[in-house]
Amino acid sequence: MATTPTRDGPPPDTTDEQLAAMHDDPRFVELKRRLFRFIVPATIGFLAWYLLYVLLSAYARDFMGTVVFGNINVALLLGLGQFVSTFGIAWAYSRYTARNYDPRAEELHDAIHYGETSR
Amino acid sequence: MNLLAQQTEAGRTLTFALFLLMVAGTVAITVWAGKRTRNATDFHSGGRGFKPWQNGFAIASDYMSAASFLGIAGIIALSGYDGFLYSIGFLVAWLVALLLVAELLRNSGRFTMADVLSFRMRQRPVRTAAAVSTMSVSIFYLLAQMVGAGALIALLLGIKEGETFLGMNAEVAANMGIVLVGLLMILYVALGGMKGTTWVQIVQAVMLLGGAALLAVLVLAEYGFNISNLLGDAASSSGLGSAFLEPGQRYGVEIPGDPTQTMWNKLDLISLGLALVLGTAGLPHILIRFYTVPDAKSARKSVNWGIGLIGSFYLLTLVLGFGAAAMVGAEAITAQNPAGNTAAPQLAQEAGEAFGGSTMGAVLLAVIASAAFAAILSTVAGLVIASSSSLAHDLYNSVIRRGAATDREEVVVAKIAAIGVGVVAIVLAIFAQTLNVAFLVALAFAVAASANLPTLLLSLFWKRFNTAGAVAGIYGGLIAAVGLVVFSPVFSGTERSLLGEGVDIAWFPMSNPGLVSIPLGLICAVVGTLMSSESRPDRFATLQVRALTGAGSERAVSH
Repeated sequence: MATTPTRDGPPPDTTDEQLAAMHDDPRFVELKRRLFRFIVPATIGFLAWYLLYVLLSAYARDFMGTVVFGNINVALLLGLGQFVSTFGIAWAYSRYTARNYDPRAEELHDAIHYGETSR
Repeated sequence: MNLLAQQTEAGRTLTFALFLLMVAGTVAITVWAGKRTRNATDFHSGGRGFKPWQNGFAIASDYMSAASFLGIAGIIALSGYDGFLYSIGFLVAWLVALLLVAELLRNSGRFTMADVLSFRMRQRPVRTAAAVSTMSVSIFYLLAQMVGAGALIALLLGIKEGETFLGMNAEVAANMGIVLVGLLMILYVALGGMKGTTWVQIVQAVMLLGGAALLAVLVLAEYGFNISNLLGDAASSSGLGSAFLEPGQRYGVEIPGDPTQTMWNKLDLISLGLALVLGTAGLPHILIRFYTVPDAKSARKSVNWGIGLIGSFYLLTLVLGFGAAAMVGAEAITAQNPAGNTAAPQLAQEAGEAFGGSTMGAVLLAVIASAAFAAILSTVAGLVIASSSSLAHDLYNSVIRRGAATDREEVVVAKIAAIGVGVVAIVLAIFAQTLNVAFLVALAFAVAASANLPTLLLSLFWKRFNTAGAVAGIYGGLIAAVGLVVFSPVFSGTERSLLGEGVDIAWFPMSNPGLVSIPLGLICAVVGTLMSSESRPDRFATLQVRALTGAGSERAVSH
């Protein structure tokens, strides 16, 4: 199977010291902030929403059994809601990282591998 | 009416022929991939050259086991809504993998989960602990799948008590089923490595999704594509009415007049929910899939593919489960298999017959039966490669040989380990056949959530985390999860227990340990860390920069 290199030829090797040196760079601090700004609230959000669903399934059975239309009840709609939110968060994360994260991560990757001057 | 038992000789032969066709095709793939497996990166990670969609299908294939196809369809068919609750936990769990684990793991590790865990720690204790927990999770999961495979062979070929097919009675067929599945998974892994396994999984995911989608469309067509009518028919056939469409028939059951047991049942449901949602991102056979793509972005995309495929699949099982309840009925299902595992194949025959007579029924049954075997085979192959990679890379190379083993040596040891794990699994599964092992999948998730996920997240995000913390977290979570199950009703004290009613050592009131063992694993990891003075901020800096930027990460092999 053909492999797809991200750029022409593999980048030059780097050392652990070079990597560690980037850790306190303001650009890396900003990169970290951008990642956490999405994943922290998103994780808290989906876990809370899932836990709420499980708690409702355990303790609010009358509410869950409320018929909305035909044979469709609240339990089924909330369950499908978990599917929708999962698909939605996955989509939003991809969009967010493509715009706000990947270009900067790549910039730092190159700065570490090729040095600052080569760009 | 017992549908499967009426299966004709011709129908059986068709099922068998389709199964053999799949075996022949996948073995050919394995041989092809084996020739292209040259070094350790090829064997453990398939050369890291897979495309996101390919890895996504393989991820889905790893994940869509017999438990989540036949198991969930069966639970929905017999207990209604609660089966859906199970699949929701299985799906939402992928967000943990997507947001917190997949990309960072891809960037910072090489072949196994332990690569990341041991990055800034003392190698030998951490890798030993990680190998022990990887083996535990994989063996629990493997046993559940293989015992299920044995029972299925007999059921799907429709061999009744006292009857024979190709000279086998039901018991011999079950043993043959286990041995056959075992030999195939060994062959896929030992010969094809990760490359072969991945391609086999892609083919099997297509078979499974295609079969499930075809059947779901036929069921929906029967109800004029009106879900509400399908649900109504399922509810009335179940004899439970609208309660069948609500939570509480199977999990968190309310026992009238026993508030204590009711309370424990409800906490047990929450415990199960936690293990499901937090377990996935700690399953070793899922984690190593992220190493098969060239970079973190591809890992993210492959999880998105996985989420799409797995989510769609669970929506299909919802239709299949309620379809089986409506069109086959609980009585016919439990007559065939008390746990409901044959609900989907029985539905295939029924829906096929309704659509195009008995020939169509036999054809559709054969398709779904082969899809079920594809589900089992792809999952067990993933588990075997995760175990063999951990044994060869973590235990043999890093612990025993202290990192001095050559690339070639590691591959040879991995192949031997795959054979060893496979043989052990076959023998254990044959002995475990008569036992009620359905709890093992939930236990595998509980161990992954208690031992693996906390230590994995702490090593990626907590600067102070150290060797003592990682070791305490893994063993603490593992012992808590397994220990609590040993002292739970799953193991002893009731007629449905593993040891039966005669032995009663059950003092832990819940079947699912997650509610206690997950926090316990986390506490062990934190306390262990604080009790040791070891701290390596420089290594943490290296790990985090590598994880977030991908600089210095392992590259794809170009041959």
